Amino acid sequence: MIETVTRPHRDHLVRWAAERPEVLVLSADLTASCEADGFRDAYPERFFSLGMAEQNMMGFAAGLAREGFFPYIHTFAVFICRRPFDQVAMSIAYPNLPVRLVGFLPGITTAGGVTHQAVDDIALMRIIPNMTVLECGDATDVDSVLDVAQAVDGPVYIRQLRGEVPRLFPAAEPLRLGRARRLGDGDDLCVLSTGVCTEEALRAVAALRGQGLSIAHLHVSTLKPFNDPDVIEAIARARHGVIAMENHGINGGLGSAIAELIAEEGLGQRLIRIGLRDTYAHGASRAWLMREYGLDAMALVRAVEALTGEPTGIGEDALAAVRLETMQAAEKTEDL
Amino acid sequence: MQAPTPQPEPNPAAPGAAEVRRFADAVRRRVLEHTLTNNGGYLSQACSSAEVLATLYLRVMRLGPSRGPATPRPFAGVPGPNNPDAFTGADYNGSKGPDLDRFIFSPVHYALVLYSLLIELGRLGPDALDQFNQDGSTVELIGAEHSPGHEVTAGSLAQALSQAGGIAFARRLRGETGRVWVFMSDGEFQEGQTWEAFAALAHHRIGNLGVYVDANAQQCDGAMADVMTIEPLAERLRAFGADVHEVDGHDPDALAAPASGFGGGDRPLAVIARTDPCRGIELMRERTPKLHYVRFKSDDELRAYQDLLAAMREAAA
Repeated sequence: MIETVTRPHRDHLVRWAAERPEVLVLSADLTASCEADGFRDAYPERFFSLGMAEQNMMGFAAGLAREGFFPYIHTFAVFICRRPFDQVAMSIAYPNLPVRLVGFLPGITTAGGVTHQAVDDIALMRIIPNMTVLECGDATDVDSVLDVAQAVDGPVYIRQLRGEVPRLFPAAEPLRLGRARRLGDGDDLCVLSTGVCTEEALRAVAALRGQGLSIAHLHVSTLKPFNDPDVIEAIARARHGVIAMENHGINGGLGSAIAELIAEEGLGQRLIRIGLRDTYAHGASRAWLMREYGLDAMALVRAVEALTGEPTGIGEDALAAVRLETMQAAEKTEDL
Repeated sequence: MQAPTPQPEPNPAAPGAAEVRRFADAVRRRVLEHTLTNNGGYLSQACSSAEVLATLYLRVMRLGPSRGPATPRPFAGVPGPNNPDAFTGADYNGSKGPDLDRFIFSPVHYALVLYSLLIELGRLGPDALDQFNQDGSTVELIGAEHSPGHEVTAGSLAQALSQAGGIAFARRLRGETGRVWVFMSDGEFQEGQTWEAFAALAHHRIGNLGVYVDANAQQCDGAMADVMTIEPLAERLRAFGADVHEVDGHDPDALAAPASGFGGGDRPLAVIARTDPCRGIELMRERTPKLHYVRFKSDDELRAYQDLLAAMREAAA
């Protein structure tokens, strides 16, 4: 079974920042909610509460970054990407300042409803010049994303997970900038998933392989830049087409990035984008919302059936019966 | 946190009020000249802010000599990880040093006024305005951080104060004694971000940041009192925790006085400079209340302003 890690960002941030005095944390009244309370308590002199005032917080971060500090803004993703968009674009991104925007509650992972669900954040950050866009999908991504962000010359948006986070990938295999994780090779179909959708995709892909389908599955954690040669190769090889699966609207996120890549590389593949289909969501449990809006493992099975034109015979029971292991084990299976 | 640091007294050799006024009038003439040449310009901003900016440069700010080239560098591309050629216009305000002040220019549509003052001060070459608003030039109509005298990109108004707050915060963390001065327009007090910024400055007791506001009571659509009043500005700012001084914005002594000894306390300084958007160019009053951007409507009007410029030059000679 896969391990579940409780609040990996909270503990990792404290450890990671210990020997980095240049790292500051800025918060807008969501400190514990964004797992920055450990940092606040450990390094109060490097923690700054800026209140519910995100526009000003972006400017303060920009000024601190101009002076050589590395501000890590912690708030919900919606409050980074929507209200202070102009400040992010003009005060932070235009001058290419090393501000790290750590956004929590991606997509429909919260019961907080439409105001708290970031279903457009990847799209909004991806269109900003100079911005690097990262998304975590498991505890190993969470444990390694700060190293990756810190090495970037310019602003970084991190779509971050909180709370109970599964460890899908071996702790010793950190997230790498611009490189997807190859979770399995195949040439019938190519599945590209991000964030919490990767766990759903793993479940579906395991069942689909059981039906004899050969599926390349890659977990994408760098949404921008988006030019990984492994991704291009996997897309090019797919006999029936490509499926993008993301906890985000289908416009402007992973699916759009893949469509752009397919067109610009001349790969000529069919593409199904799994995600919120030009709609807002509302407050409910994550499992319920993922089913309601078609972001779960069954949605991927249906997409595969649409591309191959063949029923798979896979139902809810079969998906529920899939037992996920950490990817180390899954990759060994694949190698055999 | 740093203990308050005593600040030195103002330089007794600093220029007096008459000298500041001489610079301010020269700025008005230069801006009028360019408004005539281009048949358009932010002329009323020169009228209102000339003494404020001249006082900041001549009496208030401790700046090193300009390090920018006399002829402004052409546009070298926007900042980015792959553009090592991008540069800052802040080098016209001298080098950065722990004891030196910093200048953050917020209403960057006043750029022509700032360029003109930098020329009068000898910080920028006399021909720099030949590049004003020309393609491929950094002497932009609305300045960005590569434009002479500009440190941040503030054209989306009311964003500079927050950035200056971050800079001031960082300088305090490092124990620097230099101060951060922000020049703002009064219209920017309509934006919520300005008030977010003052709340944060007060909460974090940032006492090394001073703001000078050109309160000319004008904005793009006309008189601020008609568009959206910000008054009572002084009371509002006091309620937000600033040390507020309301002064005649054309009186260099009154403008300089609140800054004397500033920098060691725990409150931001706000100097509201009450100004006249037609000061020194009386002819412009006919255009009230549309003063934001002046473009001449007829040959007669153009000639009247040309005659005025000739008279202003004669009076100065």
